[in-house]
Amino acid sequence: MARIAGVNVPLNKRVEVGLTYIYGVGEATARKLLQDAGVDPNTYVRELTDDEVIRLRNSVDQELSVEGDLRRERSQNVKRLMEIGAYRGLRHRRGLPANGQRTKTNGRTRKGPRRMQVAGKRKVKK
Amino acid sequence: MSRSAKKGPWAEERLMSRIAAMNESGQRQMVRTWSRASTIFPEMVGHTIAVHDGRKHVPVFVSESMVGHKLGEFAPTRLFRGHAGGDRARMR
Repeated sequence: MARIAGVNVPLNKRVEVGLTYIYGVGEATARKLLQDAGVDPNTYVRELTDDEVIRLRNSVDQELSVEGDLRRERSQNVKRLMEIGAYRGLRHRRGLPANGQRTKTNGRTRKGPRRMQVAGKRKVKK
Repeated sequence: MSRSAKKGPWAEERLMSRIAAMNESGQRQMVRTWSRASTIFPEMVGHTIAVHDGRKHVPVFVSESMVGHKLGEFAPTRLFRGHAGGDRARMR
């Protein structure tokens, strides 16, 4: 088990892929990290030497904010937008898309599952 | 697409000169503007700027964390009063 960046334990995968299990590391960043650390992207995580693991760990720690730090950074950015009363902040408050996307259709990622119209909702007034 | 960094941020000249004049004389007066596209500059911090929303001028007190945003971001242009018959309490 290789521990890189705190709790992350990528497993029986090539390092290139294993690194993407870290929050904040995608394929592109993973490849860049491997290049910086001088590790072959095709080696399996279990085959990494201790030295390679340390080098990877160092390059992650130096260059990236990752996992909890990154999550905190993001939520602080959102919080800032909400506090200053910017349009994007209002959209975040409402849980609607914040970057000008259409909401007549789509936008389900932000809005969540469709709320169906309840049948017979309209009651006859006496 | 966002503005080229080469050009630097933009703000309406009239607005900037008004702010500059107020900073010099130390006055704090509301400035009305229609220029929603103007970037908020550090010089504007502490002023109240009335930004047009298409109908009226919305007073925006500029704080430090607003620097770099556009004035229009703080004066919403849409007013949503809910959908027709959307009032559930009235239905019952």
